Amino acid sequence: MDYVAVVFLEIVYMIAFLALISAGLAIVFGMMRVINLAHGEFVMLGGYTTIACAKAGINIYVAMLVVAPIVVGIVGLVVERLIVRFLYGRIIDTMLATWGLSLLLIGLVTLIFGNTAVSVPAPIPGYQIGRYQMGGYNLFIIAVAALLILGLWMALRYTRIGLIARGAMQSAEVVASLGYNPSIVYMLTFTAGAALSGLAGGVLAPLTGLLPSVGGTYIAKAFITVITGGAAVISGTLSAAAVFGAVNQAVSFAATPVLGDIAMLALALVLLRLMPQGITGRFFRNST
Amino acid sequence: MTGANFGIGRLRWNWFAAAALALLLLPLVAETNTPTLLAIWCLFALSLGLMWGYAGILSFGHAAYFGLGAYTYAIASFNIGESTAPLLLAILVPAVIAAIIGALMFYGRISDVYLGVMTLVVTLILNRFMNATAGDAYRIGNARLGGFNGIPAFPTLNLPGDTDTAIYGVPYYYVVVVALLLAYLLARGILASAFGRTLIGIRENEARMELLGYNVPAYKTAIFALSGAMAGLAGCFFANWAEIVTPGVFSLGQSAEVIIWVIVGGLGTLIGPMIGAVVLGMLKIALGYQTLVDNSLVSGAILILVVLLIPRGFVPAFTLWRRRLAQAQAQRRQTRGTRRRRVATQDAPT
Amino acid sequence: MSEPVVETQDLSVRFGGVLAVNNVTFTLRERELRCLIGPNGAGKSTFFKSVTGQLRGAQSSGRVMIRGQDITGWRTHHIVRLGVGVKTQVPSVLNGLSVQENLWLAARRTLGRDGADAAVDEVLADLDLGAIARRPVGELAHGQRQLVEIGLVLAGKPWLVLLDEPAAGTTSAETERLVAIVKRINQSATVIVVDHDMHFVRMLGGRITVFHQGAILVEGGADEVLSDARVREVYLGSRAR
Repeated sequence: MDYVAVVFLEIVYMIAFLALISAGLAIVFGMMRVINLAHGEFVMLGGYTTIACAKAGINIYVAMLVVAPIVVGIVGLVVERLIVRFLYGRIIDTMLATWGLSLLLIGLVTLIFGNTAVSVPAPIPGYQIGRYQMGGYNLFIIAVAALLILGLWMALRYTRIGLIARGAMQSAEVVASLGYNPSIVYMLTFTAGAALSGLAGGVLAPLTGLLPSVGGTYIAKAFITVITGGAAVISGTLSAAAVFGAVNQAVSFAATPVLGDIAMLALALVLLRLMPQGITGRFFRNST
Repeated sequence: MTGANFGIGRLRWNWFAAAALALLLLPLVAETNTPTLLAIWCLFALSLGLMWGYAGILSFGHAAYFGLGAYTYAIASFNIGESTAPLLLAILVPAVIAAIIGALMFYGRISDVYLGVMTLVVTLILNRFMNATAGDAYRIGNARLGGFNGIPAFPTLNLPGDTDTAIYGVPYYYVVVVALLLAYLLARGILASAFGRTLIGIRENEARMELLGYNVPAYKTAIFALSGAMAGLAGCFFANWAEIVTPGVFSLGQSAEVIIWVIVGGLGTLIGPMIGAVVLGMLKIALGYQTLVDNSLVSGAILILVVLLIPRGFVPAFTLWRRRLAQAQAQRRQTRGTRRRRVATQDAPT
Repeated sequence: MSEPVVETQDLSVRFGGVLAVNNVTFTLRERELRCLIGPNGAGKSTFFKSVTGQLRGAQSSGRVMIRGQDITGWRTHHIVRLGVGVKTQVPSVLNGLSVQENLWLAARRTLGRDGADAAVDEVLADLDLGAIARRPVGELAHGQRQLVEIGLVLAGKPWLVLLDEPAAGTTSAETERLVAIVKRINQSATVIVVDHDMHFVRMLGGRITVFHQGAILVEGGADEVLSDARVREVYLGSRAR
């Protein structure tokens, strides 16, 4: 019984983790068809920001929930203005330029922070389920992820900004003819996506030692979650996260974590082959 | 038919001979360790440049086949002892796997972004897997896979049939260079053939080629497999050069590097990617000697700048610039001539 | 009576909830020139695509046959290899290559490397494209590009030619030239033309099949069909007489 609870919680955690790291990328891809391969580095920057702030004495929750998104949001804004906005419509070129950006950011962070891991302790203690020791912080992450997705969904569905954003997703011309500047919409969207990535990085910072290269692990998983999810931002990310999270953890428990990772990647290949438009290209077509 | 050459000029044999001669005479004036590595990278870049520039297939994870070639050689040479078969296997195994994965993707009409993602995922899987194979349990025959430490000390290339004569140093340089020259000629031959022209057509408009009766997925799979074979050979040479194979050969970094070489050197030429590989390769080696400026930083900056400013790469931009220069000069000559004629007629007696 | 060149039996095509082609039985004889007309959404393009194998993601029932060969569900390149030339609704040419190179690729598949050169010269002469043979197709005017596409269709010497909206966006002079070209094609091949341009269709003079709501409404000669009350109703609304 305890074991079942543990497995269940681990699966939920994995789904939440995937949703959290994918949210920023999903917004940018779903809205603008931009694949930001520096997304992992945005998450990494959020982590470094949080740790730097925590070490400077700022409350860790403030650091991860407020400072990190703001800092990385600004970075995103700069990136959009200087690089991404010249490449709209050129999806492969965007991927290449953002890949270059990711290398650049890794280089910069290595220069500033060096190559040794930095870390910060998790602010929430662990707890017990039967014989199993669980990380309490994981519950916090699940909560943040859930709130984030819910908030995002509500913002897109029920606010005017959300409506404009969804309109821009369908057609830049329509939005322009309604009097909104699509260029500004895209700029704000990219910034928002970056901020979300920074938030994810901040929240995940206490989990492990942070290295400049950590973005690589995030980008792979976020990438396949978003692409497999398809065009719908919320339902796509959620459904893909659910499928991948469940499979990853199930295989991890049955075999090894490495096989869990590989199973997830292999499943991505299969799903992409069967549903090239993503899950929400086939099912849940008209959802957000 | 003259002029209908699909953008592929005739091979200028004198230039080729001169380059080949220079490469073959190099050991007389310089050490061969670095040039061997650069030649290996040229071969790797050529494999991607051929497929991307002429068939329009961009693989985000081409390092997968480079790595497969390297690992296949290492594992096979441990098990077989003599190096001829491992060398051939190092070409064959990546080719077969590329054919399978290619078929899976192309017959499923996957292209562009999704192709990029799938090829990336394949590399990630290999990288993930190889990194976790530490311990005695993971072995193929005599070869322990070694996890992130990789496979060291496998038998390197020897003279075919003679396991006592190892090929290393200057003779090894010659092996790699000759292979590179042959690969270049092969690529040239392909591009001049009907197969190559069909690939170029497919790059231009797949749907139309389909409507003309061409089996597009078959063509794409074929070039993908060929490109994989070439990358595998490069990987095998790399294994012999480094005398160790680690999961780094499958890394995203390695895939990124080869893409950067090709795009900086220039898409749409065969020589461009090789020039990109040499220049950026030398830059990377030079940067490796100091710690102030990180290699990632420089590569990243270069990639961004090239994509923004010279999306077609240096060689095509250079060719275009030279052509414009020639046109400008021709025009200047023309106007000078007209002016002279006008002056002459003005002075002529009426 | 020779077997029909194109024949469909009870062909129905459904996209999700929409029935685009409704139980169509169609016959086309050797060397006919047939025009398919009908208002937007009538199903003519979908019908056309059933014959060219370009339908993806649709459920279809019934059979499509070319010269007796059942091609239902066949992929485009297989169908084309039977000897079919196709021009699609959206212009589809190889923009980065020259006219000559385009035609070469088209001819080479059926005629081999040696026959291709001669075929290219022939098409260039036939369609009067010699002057622009070396120009990249992407740089040509729309009408010229349409002509190049027709050249692509013909270069492989097909015996069945399918043209989807060949007169779209052409000037009246170009349209007249097109009519002459299509009639010339018809001397050695069976032709199906889908188009909206009534003037063009009339000038072609072949039999007309009128589609409406996925089914064949009327079939017959130009005068007969165009003065049919039902056809007028479909095009102009029930008040028009």
